[in-house]
Amino acid sequence: MKLSHIGADLKVVVRTYLRNPVALFFSLFFPIILIALFGLIFSAIGTGTTTLYVVNEDVTASGHFSNVSVEFMNALNQTHVVSVDVVNVSSSDFSSWLGQNDYSAGLVIPRGFQADFYANRSVNVSLYTNPQDASTGGEVAGAVQGVVNYLNLNHACYPRTNCSTVVGVTNFNVGSQVYKYIDYLIPGLIGFSILTSPMFSIVDITSSYRKDGIFRQLSLTPLTRSEWLTSRVIWYVLLTFVSAGIMLGTGVGLFGAHVRVTLAMVPFLVVGPFFFVSLGMLAGSVAKTPESAALIGNIITFPMMFLSGTFFQVSQFPSGLQMFAHILPLYYVIDGMNQVMLFSNTTRAVYDLAGVLVAGVVVFLLAVRLFKWRDE
Amino acid sequence: MGGAIEVHGLVKRYGELAAVGGIDFSVEPGAIFSFLGPNGAGKTTTVEILEGLRRATAGEVRVLGLDPWREGRELHRRIGVIPQDFRFFEKITPKEAIEYYGTLFGTRVDPMNLLRQVELADKANSRFDTLSGGQKQKLGLALSLTNEPQICFLDEPTTGLDPHARRAIWEVIRQLQREGRTVFLTTHYLEEAELLADQVAIIHHGKIIASGTPAEIIRHHGRPMRLRIQAGEELVTLLKSQLGVTAYTENHHVEVELRDKDDALRVLSAVEQSGLPWGGFTTEQDTLEDVFVRMVGQMDDGALKTEGSA
Repeated sequence: MKLSHIGADLKVVVRTYLRNPVALFFSLFFPIILIALFGLIFSAIGTGTTTLYVVNEDVTASGHFSNVSVEFMNALNQTHVVSVDVVNVSSSDFSSWLGQNDYSAGLVIPRGFQADFYANRSVNVSLYTNPQDASTGGEVAGAVQGVVNYLNLNHACYPRTNCSTVVGVTNFNVGSQVYKYIDYLIPGLIGFSILTSPMFSIVDITSSYRKDGIFRQLSLTPLTRSEWLTSRVIWYVLLTFVSAGIMLGTGVGLFGAHVRVTLAMVPFLVVGPFFFVSLGMLAGSVAKTPESAALIGNIITFPMMFLSGTFFQVSQFPSGLQMFAHILPLYYVIDGMNQVMLFSNTTRAVYDLAGVLVAGVVVFLLAVRLFKWRDE
Repeated sequence: MGGAIEVHGLVKRYGELAAVGGIDFSVEPGAIFSFLGPNGAGKTTTVEILEGLRRATAGEVRVLGLDPWREGRELHRRIGVIPQDFRFFEKITPKEAIEYYGTLFGTRVDPMNLLRQVELADKANSRFDTLSGGQKQKLGLALSLTNEPQICFLDEPTTGLDPHARRAIWEVIRQLQREGRTVFLTTHYLEEAELLADQVAIIHHGKIIASGTPAEIIRHHGRPMRLRIQAGEELVTLLKSQLGVTAYTENHHVEVELRDKDDALRVLSAVEQSGLPWGGFTTEQDTLEDVFVRMVGQMDDGALKTEGSA
């Protein structure tokens, strides 16, 4: 590979792109429109019932939850504001467990809750909410407080006459930041851009250049297929950096997204376009006509566009769809960016990156091998 | 094998179909060689094999001493190609295109100089998608010269050009020859081939049916020189009986085939002495186009044998 060849071809690519306003719009500004659209929709619509993860430490000698704690949890469910999910986690680790799993609300019912309640001794449940997600936190706190008041009034007072507040609520923040929809949307849409920019244009270019005889023309020059493909990869990497910068600016500036801008994003912004430019060229190579190339491109692109965690978290999908998502390469690009931009989970990000890189090298080599500039 | 291009027994099959059925020809260094044939004759297939874009089924092909398919990369550095219906990156200007090719080939070229040569300097900064068909062809020609090629393969380089632009391209082609380059020219315009080419080969149904200089082809395959006299049918009878010449009427004229220049004098003298009414006269000779049309037509009728089968 000659750098001068790649540089000359890159210059052609950049000029072609910059002189094509439609392509620029779809690469750079369309994702911003999506951020604005989805950001507005999901900040305006309530999320309904919030799952409240409960650690119930009030277990009787027979190994069952105490009656009062069960009644307390049932009352919480009846509010329809929260849905109780009892988990088996140590109360000391509960706060960080919530944070790691990105859960926004948790409650600890302490050991001796029933005994204290009947003995009219003051006892507190511990409520964990996320200060970043004030509206959800407020709703959950209101529901919990309502049930606590109900307990105090209807059980602790009866049949006594000297009513006093027995059950109280101690508020805590969850161990680490809990994320909002917009926080996921930023890495998701960077992934969207990494997928769609190269896939839609490279598939089309590969088939139409062949039909128009441009590849035939290039085959008569010293430019090699690897050099041609490399210059495209470089261009889409550059485009991805610009696009990611604009999306980060919009997401953080307009919607207050909480994402970490870190150098650890860089490998994903390089390896992602590398994979999808190669995949686009492969798809364009195996197609006989521009029409069939577009069809193949769409078949590859559309499932990934929606099922890889671009607009919605994969963890919210039904289990069958989650399994399907795990075979999509874009899932690993987006998951990796979520790990570095939201969760600081470098280990998992490295695995994601390695997977995409290996797949990218395989697809690149396959594309260069299968793509013919001249006929037999 | 000392020619710029040497072809022996070239065959190209697509399944059962033989697009090229075993042809031989050679092109001398520095010559303008014109390859003619109707559509579907095997012309483009042959050219693409010579350019290393297609693999031959059988036969031997050498271009500048190289096997075009196996040694394509080396060959492409030494040849220039302008394909039929040349297309390029739509948003790139002619000047940028030449700079691009210059970098790829590692040659120092002055884009404006090349563009002036093909009369495209005024469109140096216009994007390719705004150029007319003829202007696009001119850019194709300019690009084919970027690497200072030893052989230029020009596939219908003047198609779609106005007469002025066509003459400009002819001048470029002559200049290429003056610079010592070999030109392999395919064209639909037979007058172009006759005017420019040192050697011509006509391919039809995958076989070479004629080859040589344009004059040789006309001499071998065309009709003799004719005297064309504005006169009536009775003159035909008189000339046949008096002089024993071949004469016939065509388009209200009498045509008399001449075996030599003395025939012309004898015929005119007989016409004058006959007392029959007659107008002016002209001499007629077949052009390459006449020969081409007759040969291709006769071959389609099965009347003409090819050079290979003769």
